[in-house]
Amino acid sequence: MKKLMKGNEAIAEAAVRGGCRAFFGYPITPQNEIPEYLSKRLPEVGGCFIQAESEVAAINMVYGAAGSGARAMTSSSSPGISLKQEGISYICGAELPCVIVNMVRGGPGLGGIQPAQSDYFQAVKGGGHGDYHMLVYGPNTVQEAVDIMYDAFDKADKYRMPVMILGDGMIGQIMEAVELPEMKDPAAFPKKEWATDGTGVGASRRIINSLYIEPDVLEKVNHRLFDRYKELEENELRYEEYLVEDAEIVIVAYGTVARISKSAVNALREKGIKAGLLRPITLYPFPAKAIAKVAAEANVKKFVAVELSMGQMIEDVKLAVNGAKPVEFYGRTGGNVMTPEDIVEFVEKEVK
Amino acid sequence: MEEKIIIAGFGGQGVLSLGQFIAYAAIADGKEVTWLPSYGPEMRGGTSNCSVVVCDKQVASPIVAHPDCLIAMNKPSLYKFSDKVKAGGTIIVNSSLIPDKVERTDVKVVYIDAASLAMEAGNARTANIVVLGAYIGMSNLFPKETVKKMIEAKFANKPKVIPANLKAFELGYATAAK
Amino acid sequence: MATVFKKTKMLTDVPFHYCPGCTHGIAHRLVAECLEEIGCEGNVVGIAPVGCAVFAYNYFNVDIQEVAHGRAPAAATGVKRTHPDTIVFAYQGDGDLASIGTAEIVHAAARGENITVIFINNAIYGMTGGQMAPTTLIGQKSTTSQQGRTVPLNGNPIKVCEMLSTLDGPAYIARAALCDPANVAKAKKAIKRGFEMQMQKKGFSLIELLSTCPTNWGMTPVQATEYVKENMTKQFPLGVFKDIDKESK
Repeated sequence: MKKLMKGNEAIAEAAVRGGCRAFFGYPITPQNEIPEYLSKRLPEVGGCFIQAESEVAAINMVYGAAGSGARAMTSSSSPGISLKQEGISYICGAELPCVIVNMVRGGPGLGGIQPAQSDYFQAVKGGGHGDYHMLVYGPNTVQEAVDIMYDAFDKADKYRMPVMILGDGMIGQIMEAVELPEMKDPAAFPKKEWATDGTGVGASRRIINSLYIEPDVLEKVNHRLFDRYKELEENELRYEEYLVEDAEIVIVAYGTVARISKSAVNALREKGIKAGLLRPITLYPFPAKAIAKVAAEANVKKFVAVELSMGQMIEDVKLAVNGAKPVEFYGRTGGNVMTPEDIVEFVEKEVK
Repeated sequence: MEEKIIIAGFGGQGVLSLGQFIAYAAIADGKEVTWLPSYGPEMRGGTSNCSVVVCDKQVASPIVAHPDCLIAMNKPSLYKFSDKVKAGGTIIVNSSLIPDKVERTDVKVVYIDAASLAMEAGNARTANIVVLGAYIGMSNLFPKETVKKMIEAKFANKPKVIPANLKAFELGYATAAK
Repeated sequence: MATVFKKTKMLTDVPFHYCPGCTHGIAHRLVAECLEEIGCEGNVVGIAPVGCAVFAYNYFNVDIQEVAHGRAPAAATGVKRTHPDTIVFAYQGDGDLASIGTAEIVHAAARGENITVIFINNAIYGMTGGQMAPTTLIGQKSTTSQQGRTVPLNGNPIKVCEMLSTLDGPAYIARAALCDPANVAKAKKAIKRGFEMQMQKKGFSLIELLSTCPTNWGMTPVQATEYVKENMTKQFPLGVFKDIDKESK
């Protein structure tokens, strides 16, 4: 039975159904419905909700809970995610699984509260200090956000790293019909032998740590992390192609912007312009090989990266295209959102 | 089919919930829908609006640049959005608060005295449901009975207000369907 | 031959890395002995700080997390909420707790988070080489207050026990000094009381231990213990600042 739900609330419910039993967060627009919903919902399933004193404290509570074996998460929006970067780096260094939701708003600084995609670099290139990545998703519908959230803890546990869901104000605020999946049974989750549950003594002692004072040891750890990122690329890479097969113009866009772009592609086709859309669903790992393959097709003349930023993902698109075809950029920023018509107009000019 | 609607007015006029009613009705009628609100400080007493897109397949863009229908609940909203309505589209004007006439000649205009009809229905707070009725009556987007059932379901925890809301819906519907 | 002293099983066999005359070793032993005495072996999670005790995870024979600078109370909160029946303690220095982690300690205390915090106050940043701490005494020299700390330039030392005991959340707050056998015995009593409070689920407990740093103070170990006794206790008076059991009597 489909249910009309606001994005933020649907994601929160999907988190609970996916096994989340601990949430630590701090209020910030436009994601407040997530903590509000979970403050009521988590106690119903024996979970823990704490409104922390700061974003910094919240992410470190996630560190503690995740390190002790809980399926723990936090959510925030851009300025708050910046504050969390210290904790995220430690979580990645200590190889702890958790989920982080970022409902991106315009920046830099306090910026605005309207939708943006200007945290792309921060999300996929690292964000905090040190050599690390996270598994990053950019869902484009509430249903896709729900499905990704539902399995996010499984992925986080499997690879022992944070999963970030990179949304924007729109995906958080929009209402759409969703099919909610069944509640997962926490008893069936794999046991985390590495977690500090308090029972360790002597040889069975567990240490959660990101400090490796010997360069050789730290180097080995970093190689281990990056071996895991290779596994992500093999197992978790996701993207969608829409009318790309015979396209002359290929739009690359993710999240809600990909939906706006899809409408633009339809309108362009009606005007006789062969447009297509390549939509990365995982932003890290990035579908570089898929883009490279499309770039090699003779029918493809040009790529257009469409983003709610001054141009961030376009750098990954350019790396993937590797000079084979021109890559143009169309973006709005500051919280302004383009319409399908804006994209159509831009592409029409590019075709001329 | 694809129907794009912008509903705008003051915060507190039930603008967002009017959009949600259309979205719920769409779901009840087996359609796909997106409801996207404006959010932030402007919600508090300022202008507020939402975009609703109803489609028989998955909605692509939830962003509406040129609506098929504009529902303007106050004057600033009418002037903000009236030029954006598609030629051949519709503007529903809440004439209780907007004395002006729409100057465009390439759109259909429905004037509805939502406040008076709400009073007639017995509850001043049903003005947005009057307008919902007018929209359904005008557009025939969903069967009347589907929408009425949805209204009953949405007010299930406040059964006292159901009769007034149903009456408001009927009054609005009759006005526009004339 | 009779055994008069035995190392507690709650410490590992890893030799401490601390400098000669540093009282971290005593503090570690006291905490570990108390954990053994309250009988919680196999039911403890420790939180190690950033600072001289950063390697505490090598020494305590418990499950332990090494966390970011100042965030021990937040991480301890995450652990405790996941395992409410497990003894959770955070071990923090003065820079960690009273400077970069002020928000975390205040709010963990205000929540009455059922954890025990061991607060090592040696009035200096030891690990980074002797910089001024939030608890550095007025007139005390450090590498970033080379003429001695002054109020106009550096403000006043923070009295953590006094400050936190104004809150409603804490169950037990005490300050002791690791400067002579009698005071060490008192410190142990206070630590044990903190853990007992936690076992009885009475809420937040914090034990501040005035400690030495001969290396960065530029003193011999004996001079350093004298400095604690003569100078630090004047700024940071010893005693129990809060004990909810005694209040309710």
